[in-house]
Amino acid sequence: MLNNIYNIFFIPEIFLACSSFVCLLFGLFLKKNAFRQTSNLAVFVLLLTIFLVYNDSESNFANYKSLFSHSSFINFFKILALSGSIASIIISKDYFLGIKLKNFEIPVLFLFSTLGMMLMIASNNLMSMYLAIELQSLSLYVAAAIKRDSISSAESGVKYFILGALSSGILLYGFSLIYGFTGSMNFDDISFYLSKYDNLNLGLIFGLVFVMVGLAFKVSAVPFHMWTPDVYEGAPNSITGFFAIVPKIAAVALIYRFCLVPFENFYLEWSQIILFLSIASMFLGAIAAIAQSNIKRLLAYSSIGHIGYILIALVAANDDGIKAASIYMFSYMIMNVAIFAILLSLKVKNEYLINISDLKGLSKSNPIVSLSISIIMLSMAGIPPFIGFFGKFYVFIAAIEQELYVLSVLGVLASVISAFYYLRIIKIMYFDESKSEGIINFKISFQSKIILFLSLFLIICFIFYPSLLINISASLTI
Amino acid sequence: MIDWPLVSVIIFLPLIGALIILFIKEDELTSINIKWAALLTTLGTFVLSLILWLQFDYSNPSYQYEEKFRWFDDFNFFYHIGVDGISLFMILLSTFLTPLCILASWNNIKKRVKEYMLSFLFLETVMIGMFASIDILLFYIFFEAVLIPMYLIIGIWGGNRRIYASFKFFLYTLLGSVLMLIAIIVMYRNTSSMSIEFLQGNYFSYNTQLFLWLAFFASFAVKIPMWPFHTWLPDAHVEAPTAGSVILAGVLLKMGGYGFIRFSLGMLPEATEFFIPLIMTLSIVAIVYTSLVALAQTDIKKLIAYSSVAHMGIVTIGIFLVNQQGLEGAMMQMISHGLVSAALFLCVGVIYDRMHTREIEFYGGLVQRMPLYATVFMIFMLGSVGLPGTSGFIGEFLVIVGAFKFSSYVVIGAAFGIILSAVYMLYLYKRIIFGTITNNKLADILDINTREKIILIPLAISVILLGIFPNLFLDPMRLSLELIITNYEIANAK
Repeated sequence: MLNNIYNIFFIPEIFLACSSFVCLLFGLFLKKNAFRQTSNLAVFVLLLTIFLVYNDSESNFANYKSLFSHSSFINFFKILALSGSIASIIISKDYFLGIKLKNFEIPVLFLFSTLGMMLMIASNNLMSMYLAIELQSLSLYVAAAIKRDSISSAESGVKYFILGALSSGILLYGFSLIYGFTGSMNFDDISFYLSKYDNLNLGLIFGLVFVMVGLAFKVSAVPFHMWTPDVYEGAPNSITGFFAIVPKIAAVALIYRFCLVPFENFYLEWSQIILFLSIASMFLGAIAAIAQSNIKRLLAYSSIGHIGYILIALVAANDDGIKAASIYMFSYMIMNVAIFAILLSLKVKNEYLINISDLKGLSKSNPIVSLSISIIMLSMAGIPPFIGFFGKFYVFIAAIEQELYVLSVLGVLASVISAFYYLRIIKIMYFDESKSEGIINFKISFQSKIILFLSLFLIICFIFYPSLLINISASLTI
Repeated sequence: MIDWPLVSVIIFLPLIGALIILFIKEDELTSINIKWAALLTTLGTFVLSLILWLQFDYSNPSYQYEEKFRWFDDFNFFYHIGVDGISLFMILLSTFLTPLCILASWNNIKKRVKEYMLSFLFLETVMIGMFASIDILLFYIFFEAVLIPMYLIIGIWGGNRRIYASFKFFLYTLLGSVLMLIAIIVMYRNTSSMSIEFLQGNYFSYNTQLFLWLAFFASFAVKIPMWPFHTWLPDAHVEAPTAGSVILAGVLLKMGGYGFIRFSLGMLPEATEFFIPLIMTLSIVAIVYTSLVALAQTDIKKLIAYSSVAHMGIVTIGIFLVNQQGLEGAMMQMISHGLVSAALFLCVGVIYDRMHTREIEFYGGLVQRMPLYATVFMIFMLGSVGLPGTSGFIGEFLVIVGAFKFSSYVVIGAAFGIILSAVYMLYLYKRIIFGTITNNKLADILDINTREKIILIPLAISVILLGIFPNLFLDPMRLSLELIITNYEIANAK
């Protein structure tokens, strides 16, 4: 019970909302180094928010049960999103300074977007869910277009905005159908209402499909993935990093909660959709990435492929599936943080690295960096002993627990195809002879170095002590 | 017995060596330190693995030197390692060949010595770990991790078509082994156990066994390799550097045979019984077909690579005879092939280092200039042919004796292959070694030097030792193999 009014400020979301405004004002009134200071403050705020989420004994949104829910699954994903956000703010700081994009609004936008994600993850009501998605997306639209003098950045922002708005419209239409047929917006009430029936009626099926389309767009599952490569490519690298790391976490949590809470009993209806999305994402992600020459587009397709695997765990829809999703999402975040920490510090002839072929000869000029990239790539491809393997392993355990043999076999086949393009990067770094040496230089700030080191440590050393993460994720309830 | 974790030490010693090498700064002067560090580490590992053999209890068919720690809290996965009669010699083979590989690359690896040695040490750790695992997940992790260093070894230090070969090797093998992952998870789901020891029995329904068997077959048949899944092997062998080929032929191919014995025979006996005709057919086709292909090769390495496929055909026949002679023969053939083909690749490396070509036509009359080389080459060539007194004979003989109990057609196929192997090996030897020197470039070729002697003579000794005292090797493995056969017969008698 909130017997003290001040306790309200210790609810993580409210704390984050208030602090975001403080950050905005702080940046506004600061004359010098506004960007750097605001970023530092944003990181500090996010750290405090993590602490509050972790320490959530009393002041949480359980008191607003109708709008938001509260569970260990939600907390886990909130912490994941917050840590991803912290990491991406830290690793992108130098990049922004490097390309002279010093708007202090950027960290504030990240904060608002993270706030939206926390609300998304926790939302227990169609209306709060929609508003949370919009809060998160609007900040991201602006972030994508933040480099105002760059055509590609503006293009990616507009593309993202138009397609995002379209998907939000579809989502909203689905919500209205669900509301119309069940008479409620609350997840629990919908679930209670639906428990009386064996089948979904036509209106509800339409509603479900529309919502699924909207959510598939947010997680960028095939065939609603079109925006991903373009937006990734157009946005400044650091914004791409943020896109790759954080919003996926929230969207995945949301799609899990939406399928498993209100529509828990209608597994057959939604699992078919997810099944298709999953297979299509895995294969398109694997095949389309092969032909890419731009590292950002490659990572976009790689993230599409990863979403396919996470959706396998959703099709499994059991406790192992939830566990698998949280482990996979954790590994996904760690690997993306690590790869973007490197990409945001690599310069080729004073330009930040974009083309994969520019990595040529990196193993000679910078052996440690190329070794790190190789480890990340192998981990993404799911080769043991790195963390990416365990993500996939748990996904397949969940799938086989549900006897989804064909899906698992398709999953591993797609992973073999995707191994090809991950290996290609290693090939370019190690096997190709480069004549022009020393044009790549790697300059990384101390803070990013810590983040990079930490994430590499987790990638490599997860195998030695897996129980820490696995016990946490095994105890998650949705 | 030994009360310290000997097997773990053997597994992780190379990795520790690799970590030390990681911190040696590489330049012109220090690269020799890197080589010495790698050599000493691998030699130390070899000495420790000899202790493993000396302290081995011959009367115990199950695992010895067991170590078991809980690894995952939520599932029954353990860090569970140990050695039995089957894995003992596989481990010895790995630890024996790796220092020789390091020595063989002493002078001819000039670029990126540090990465090269790191790859080899990491490779040794995963190879030993794979053979010592008693937990299937652990086995799988090591099994797949082998791909990483091998991919780099072929891709960085290989020949002209190294990129194609490395990708083919990696993707082909990965495709097989991911299916094994699914099979492993299915096994776990049915029994809640990942212990190889526990699963050696008959725990799965007949239909499940058939699917599991096919999944394991996919990975081991690619690895061993069986016809028609062998196409990655000639490419990988030809493009890999000498030491890479040695490990590839000497140890990595044995992973397939080892897997067949452990998984197909041990865990899926009924399905094995069902698929025996398939295996026999593929093996005989492999023996005859690849022998004929070997006959037509113009590249020495490629010829030896194809002969490997043929020899592995003998191994698969021996394994799937599922009788004492057959299995012992298969094991002996694997050990013998591990030594002989490794030695042959090293021999090719010797002349390749001097002349930088592997074309058979280029050579001829080497005996005039390199008598010592001709002698050791002959020992290995005869070992490969299976002359009595060499290691190759024991394996082939036992397999053929075992095959008589099964079917005379198999015997005819296998024997035909053995005759063909004599044809292509002797023909190769004649073309390279005998005759007069016709190529002027060979006029001042030097005989093998001390380093090469150090590499080749231990191999020659062990090839002959294996041929004369086979019981030295057969005794430790006998009971473990008997255990597998007994389980198999009990399962199929039901």
